[in-house]
Amino acid sequence: MLPIIILIPVLQLLVLSYTATFEIKNIRLVVVDHDHSTDSRNLINKFSGSRFYKYLGEESSYKQAENDIAAGKTDQVLVIEPDFEKKLITEGNASVQVVTDAINGSAASLMAAYAVSIIQGFNENIVVHKSPLHYHGLPIDVSSLFWYNPELNYITYMVPGILVLLITIIAMFLSSMNIVKEKELSTIEQLNVTPIHKLEFIAGKLIPFWIIAMVDLVIGLLLARFWFGIIIVGSPLLLLSVAAVYLVLVLALGLFVSSLTETMQQAMFISWFVLVIFILMSGLFTPIESMPVWAQQLDKFNPLAYFVKINRMIMLKGAVFNDFRKDFFILAGYAAAMLTFSILKYRKTSG
Amino acid sequence: MWAFVKKEFLYIFRDYRTMIILFGMPLVQIMLFGFAITNDINNAHIAVLDNSKDVVTREITQKLLSSHYFILDRYLKSYQEIKPAFRRGEIKEVVVFQNDFAKKIKTEGKAHIQLILDASDPNTANILDAYTKGIINTYVFHNLLQGRKIPLHINVQNTMLYNQELKSVFMFVPGIITVILMLISAMMTSITIVREKELGTMEALLVSPVKPAIIIIGKVIPYVVLSFINLVIILLLSQFVFGMPIRGSAPLLLAESLLFLIMSLSLGILISTASKTQQQAMMLSMFVLMLPTILLSGFIFPIENMPLALRLLSDIMPGKWFIIIIKNIMLKGVGIAYFWKETLIILGMTIAFVVMSIKRFNIRLDE
Repeated sequence: MLPIIILIPVLQLLVLSYTATFEIKNIRLVVVDHDHSTDSRNLINKFSGSRFYKYLGEESSYKQAENDIAAGKTDQVLVIEPDFEKKLITEGNASVQVVTDAINGSAASLMAAYAVSIIQGFNENIVVHKSPLHYHGLPIDVSSLFWYNPELNYITYMVPGILVLLITIIAMFLSSMNIVKEKELSTIEQLNVTPIHKLEFIAGKLIPFWIIAMVDLVIGLLLARFWFGIIIVGSPLLLLSVAAVYLVLVLALGLFVSSLTETMQQAMFISWFVLVIFILMSGLFTPIESMPVWAQQLDKFNPLAYFVKINRMIMLKGAVFNDFRKDFFILAGYAAAMLTFSILKYRKTSG
Repeated sequence: MWAFVKKEFLYIFRDYRTMIILFGMPLVQIMLFGFAITNDINNAHIAVLDNSKDVVTREITQKLLSSHYFILDRYLKSYQEIKPAFRRGEIKEVVVFQNDFAKKIKTEGKAHIQLILDASDPNTANILDAYTKGIINTYVFHNLLQGRKIPLHINVQNTMLYNQELKSVFMFVPGIITVILMLISAMMTSITIVREKELGTMEALLVSPVKPAIIIIGKVIPYVVLSFINLVIILLLSQFVFGMPIRGSAPLLLAESLLFLIMSLSLGILISTASKTQQQAMMLSMFVLMLPTILLSGFIFPIENMPLALRLLSDIMPGKWFIIIIKNIMLKGVGIAYFWKETLIILGMTIAFVVMSIKRFNIRLDE
């Protein structure tokens, strides 16, 4: 059992960090070029030279290209109208069409945005080249600085959140299933008739899991540093302190779940049910700010939301205690309340 | 055999907690994905450091804030305020205007805007960067270039296929269906068969004149029924609450689902032959089947961007192939000609699992 508790989180950290990405790279593009002019070919070259795109080639008709999308062979199609170059020169206006496979809605809007920005860049380029006397480029120059993660490495962003996910899963499942196992095996009755105090019993059950989860966190942090190269900008001790409080909350939740169930199967399902909701809404994969107001209000009860945010703040931006003290106190209060509540509930059912 | 079926149904229904989860889980997930979870960026808090405070900078700021992407957190007074604001997570972007902005545009023909983004979340940073630049560009074209019209302009027409309104549910429902079918058919089946083993009643059943195949089929039928009911509920919900259509053939969809169901069942039976206790069956199903399926099948995260090793791993996930089939039927509305390969793969997996299960079962019987 012990190797599993250490090994599985490590594996999950590695696998999950590489899979959990919404980055768009290597957009497959098919072009339908009805013009075959210098300008159209230059436009196509802009796409094939872009690091976001994987240029697959041309189709001779739109129908064939659309079929490629249907068959899953390409993500996007660029259609260049006939007389594209001529229209640009004589009328100053020409059109292209960008067709995107939008089953993945958010990916599609990003892909469309990339395509538009490449076309706009090409647009500005030919304008500057063809009429240098009249036009000096756009009057406003915009430059962007990316702080904390200049290489826009998605893994850097995900790993802190995934660490939270992992220790939460371990703590929750261990605590909810272990106590129910005693119930199932009826050893709990034997324990109940001993003079051991209920609080001692619960502490005896939860403290080892707390230690295991903390150890997993430390292992995860070491992996983050030495495998993924993520440097903890803030104080690791601060991080571990917050984690200590957070884990009390999660273990208390697991305890609560176990008091509601009779079999291990039920405990596992309910834990999983609750966890999935918490995970999806925690801001780990999708931003909390984008959720509707009612969801954000519900999120105030989501422990993961707090710790994912604090963890990222400490690890990636070097936050100090003052920066998140309000959230910390809410977390601590929540933990105390949950622990008390679960202990009280447990007493009644075991009695 | 019907006695087994009845007994199993009774057992399932008495366990109301599991039932709630089985039916409640997909409902909750669909609701979440449909209403709450989205990758779109709205209401991002930004700050403005306006060193110029003239007509142009105020107009640009106004344009930014009137879009639903941005909310003004505050106006900054100095560069030093940026770092703490980022650290506290209060803002995601700072827009810095150069001093004498409007004057510089008139006299030098160029003025400078600096965008500083909190790139700890690179996706959001990229999107906000693109939005900001887009709004500034639009302003430039409409307000600043009127005197001198831009000589050449390419119109871009954007078409979104299959999902015009870019609803995120479309992406997730196929995955939810796959996971639920697998959960009920594979995981619960394996647990229920192992339960008999654990309780020792399996041996009793095996020495009875009833053929083992009948026992297994009898145990498994209730889960087939449950899966199917769940599938129909999910489909109805998606259609009527979220407008997710079934553009292809509904009977084909049900037939492919049945195939996938049978495959999951065979997988569940296989797992049960490999487990001695319920806990083992649960752990095996959870960590070797469910979790990898959720992560690697293309349910939430696109497979195309994963490293090669994980892409290969994803190919052995039966869920991956089924998700492709569902998307093809429901959203692309194409016929089996487009996914006969995936169908064959699932068929092949089913046969493989059944053969392996029979072999293992016979080996154990001989012991």
